[in-house]
Amino acid sequence: MSAPGTGRGWGRRGLIGIPYLWLLLFTLLPLAIVLKISFVESRLAVPPYGPLLETGEDGFRLGATLESYARLFSDSLYIRAYMSSIRYALAATLISLLLGYPMAYAIARAPKAWRIALLMLVILPFWTSFLLRVYAWIGLLKGNGLVNNALIALGVVGEPLPLLNNSFSVVLGLVYGYLPFMVLPLYATLERLDPALLEAAADLGCRPWRAFLEVTLPLSLPGVIAGSLLVFIPAIGEFVIPELLGGPGTLMVGKVLWDEFFNNHDWPAASAVAVAMLLLLALPMATMRRFLREEAR
Amino acid sequence: MSGRRSFFLPAMLALGYLFLYGPIVSLIVYSFNASRLVTVWAGFSTRWYGELLQNAAIGDAAWTSLRIAVISASAALVLGTLAGFVLNRYARFRGRGFFAWLLTVPLVLPEVIMGLSLLLLFVDLESVIGWPAGRGLLTIVIAHAALGTAYVAVVVQARLHSFDRSLEEAALDLGARPAKVFAVITLPLIAPALAAGWLLAFTLSLDDLVLASFTSGPGATTLPMWIFSSVRLGVNPQANALATIMVAVVTLAAVVAGRLLTGPRARAQES
Repeated sequence: MSAPGTGRGWGRRGLIGIPYLWLLLFTLLPLAIVLKISFVESRLAVPPYGPLLETGEDGFRLGATLESYARLFSDSLYIRAYMSSIRYALAATLISLLLGYPMAYAIARAPKAWRIALLMLVILPFWTSFLLRVYAWIGLLKGNGLVNNALIALGVVGEPLPLLNNSFSVVLGLVYGYLPFMVLPLYATLERLDPALLEAAADLGCRPWRAFLEVTLPLSLPGVIAGSLLVFIPAIGEFVIPELLGGPGTLMVGKVLWDEFFNNHDWPAASAVAVAMLLLLALPMATMRRFLREEAR
Repeated sequence: MSGRRSFFLPAMLALGYLFLYGPIVSLIVYSFNASRLVTVWAGFSTRWYGELLQNAAIGDAAWTSLRIAVISASAALVLGTLAGFVLNRYARFRGRGFFAWLLTVPLVLPEVIMGLSLLLLFVDLESVIGWPAGRGLLTIVIAHAALGTAYVAVVVQARLHSFDRSLEEAALDLGARPAKVFAVITLPLIAPALAAGWLLAFTLSLDDLVLASFTSGPGATTLPMWIFSSVRLGVNPQANALATIMVAVVTLAAVVAGRLLTGPRARAQES
């Protein structure tokens, strides 16, 4: 008799094999195909790309080309899209941290009975459509939108400020969309923090801000890193926010990929953009995965 | 704690909530606006709700989304539970590290890349083995299940990690077969995690625009796809009405869930 999970043989092979096969087929193989398509020619055909290996009269011909990658470097659009994706994602991460840290700290220091409710309030917006929440900002930020109307009515500005379809609205949208991802891991580390450590610091004559800098902040560093990655990684590849809140001057790499695929029908170019994006995210994603594994342990 | 900080923290918290909820409140308020222009208040009206309910395209899209979400979340539940179980119970098998790595890929992969990669897979598969024939409901379900599986596995793994196996061992000692032990002991004990995982996969599916757009074909329009095509051209009061209905449903569900969680049992434990 064997305990579940210690048996050998077919039962065990099946248990491991089914999810393994699923992951190989629907996670690994698709990425391998992206890599393949990024090296073939774009063609006016269905599907719109050439084969990697072609059989002709003179035998096999290798259809591999670096054309799509060459375009990534020659057309400044791609470089600019990458650079501004990084800039927007970094700005959004930093602002989320500055806003999210005090929020998480306040929730962690709130009376115990309130904490779950306060945390729920951070998570609750997730359960309404992300698209509609981003869309809401259009009505707020437009030239004759709510924010501008309020500013004019209060006499702060004479004419409407350009708040929409620029870098400002894109970064604002990114912060808005991903702030909860920053608050949750920060809360998790801050809540575990022993208040006795701060009391000890105070007893020893340490001022509150110094106790914060020397005790709280270093101990909450895992939360800071996890939260920053949870904002930065999805922000880099974001499509909805630059599409709805951005303008002609706010390129982002996720939107470039989308346009290559849906508007230009250039699948090899879209694949090359994807591969380049993966290279850009390799380090942050590897760090994130290490965090996930440690959490699961 | 200084007096200044005790004021600063609640103020930042309030500011954060204002930031998170302000846009949602503005959506709700303007869904009752008689004017098509979202910024001009022209009196109270429920006109957009009427138009929304009569819009057959939205009804179809909502039904499509719901079906996809239920099926893909259920598939993700089975696969994710299996995957989480395998990682928790089998400490050694060939390719275990790679398996664990693959399982976290969908959690960190940008949506546009995952969508593109799955579409390319479906196109390649169709040309090689003839399946799946065309794209539509089935391909979106597979894409959403691929995403959901990773999330379910995280939730299940976390639960199994803090799992007391002495009950399982006791049942085995008393002669129960492993399959029965799983069904009668293990499954009920991890049921809350399974429910949470299913709900997470369900929500992810219901809210997804990018994966669905890549893997969908003619005739399969999900609710986010409908919303996207209607708002990318500017303001649409019907979208406001839809948002209000969604907020109402979610709030109701949250209140009910909160009642259940802090309900009689929790109160009984306190006393």
